[in-house]
Amino acid sequence: MDFSTLVFFLLAGLLVLSSLLVVFLRNVVHCALALVSALLIIAILFVTLHAPMLGVLQVMIYAGAIMVLFLFVIMFLNPAVLERTGTLWWSTATVLALLFGGLLVPLFFNNEVAGDPVASTELFGSPEMLAKSLFNDFVLPFEIASVLLLVAIVGAVVLAKRERAVR
Amino acid sequence: MIVDVAIVALKAFLVLFMVLNLAGVLGWVERKGSALIQDRIGANRASIFGFAGMGLVNTLIADPLKFLTKEDFIPPAGDKLLHTLAPCMAFFPALVTFAVIPFGDVLNIGERAINLQVANLNIGILYVFAMGSLGVYGIVIGAWASNNKFSLLGGVRGSAQMISYEVAMGLSVMGVLMIYGTLELQEIARAQGTLIREMLPQWLLFMRPIIGWLPAWGIFLQPLAFLLFFAAAVAETKRIPFDLPEGESELVAGYHVEYSGGKFLMFFAGEFAEIVTAAGLITTLFFGGWQVPYLMRDGFHFPWGAVWLLPHLTVVVLQLVSFTVKIIFFCWLQILLRWSVPRFRYDQVMRLGWKMMLPAALLNVAVTAIVIVLAQ
Repeated sequence: MDFSTLVFFLLAGLLVLSSLLVVFLRNVVHCALALVSALLIIAILFVTLHAPMLGVLQVMIYAGAIMVLFLFVIMFLNPAVLERTGTLWWSTATVLALLFGGLLVPLFFNNEVAGDPVASTELFGSPEMLAKSLFNDFVLPFEIASVLLLVAIVGAVVLAKRERAVR
Repeated sequence: MIVDVAIVALKAFLVLFMVLNLAGVLGWVERKGSALIQDRIGANRASIFGFAGMGLVNTLIADPLKFLTKEDFIPPAGDKLLHTLAPCMAFFPALVTFAVIPFGDVLNIGERAINLQVANLNIGILYVFAMGSLGVYGIVIGAWASNNKFSLLGGVRGSAQMISYEVAMGLSVMGVLMIYGTLELQEIARAQGTLIREMLPQWLLFMRPIIGWLPAWGIFLQPLAFLLFFAAAVAETKRIPFDLPEGESELVAGYHVEYSGGKFLMFFAGEFAEIVTAAGLITTLFFGGWQVPYLMRDGFHFPWGAVWLLPHLTVVVLQLVSFTVKIIFFCWLQILLRWSVPRFRYDQVMRLGWKMMLPAALLNVAVTAIVIVLAQ
């Protein structure tokens, strides 16, 4: 087994472990931190796949912004320990998880190499490539997504303002 | 192969060594400097055989020893694991950010060309922001794990403030990135070696005799971006006038109120490491990084045509000295600022960040874009 495969399995193991911790820990803040560590490990996986741009964006957006807001809300509401969920929830969730896991089983027995491997050039995964495809090929979806986010921001501001007027 | 790894390890060690020691010395500058500003004597108690060394013995030897031998108190109702982990989370991002900041150009030893930068990433500045955004966790988790109302308030303030100023910081850098056309910090530093007269567009050529002799540093091309970035960087280090997360007159000490001993020392040293990193970024983006004005790879080329050739090693040493001097200057400026101005109120911090700095940064990006398009 070469070095990169070893690194991959190490990271994958840690990723599965921290994902399990997200589900099974009882303290909400601990869960959130386990999720942060899972996101960071995914970012490192991106870097090992020669896509440092994706890795850094993963850290910046998910670990650095979204999860901080999660923690922010958790700290405000401060639910100390999660209540135990009922047996019905557990059994349904387990069945669903096993079904999804079953979808992955064929992949383990499939040794085919990907049909069209991308040549790893100097530019692969670089900010230039990302910007070119975003602003040339996908400029319309990109703009639509940004307008969508703008609408969400405006909506949030409007909601916050109305509450203040009532008070 | 082994030599390459050894060189990278040596560079990483050198940078960490410099940052940590500069952070330590800044502790002395802060205590003695604040005393000077406030007309006090400052740290002068500890001495070795009567030698106090202007308080150096006190701040560099006695203080760390005191911190490390103090009782490490964890609040009984707090979270033991996270209370211990939080100072590390605060310390780590401040140290690793320096990896992408170049401290010199290329050093040639025999056949080998060593890039004087720990990690040359093509995403450069984005890595800085990614690590900066992780700095929030130390504060938030430390505040929550202490199980103290003052801590929690400090943590909430800190996370809101840091997220807000990251936005202004990111947008303020945009203009610089557009002008130099790259995200790599080494490339940005190199691009600042030219003169402004080589960058002037056609319709601004009349300015050539007036400003053409200036080096093309970020401060001359993007003055507004510099002001915004500097303010945002100070806000990110959570020091006066942006020390709301600590706010000792309202929150005792904010997020680290329940910390003592070595863990407090880590928060404290992390703050100084952040100052050094901020100074490194300001230097690299706006003050030419390791550039000495008019110094090219083979010596000085003055704008009036004079040339003074220098050997390679001298040039590299001059670059290293230039970088160090600039960093020390900006560290000093930040400490001077911290002891010169009063603290903002919280709503003022938010208004400054969102309603003044964000629109100003957007305006800067728009104007820069228009000028660049016109220049083509």
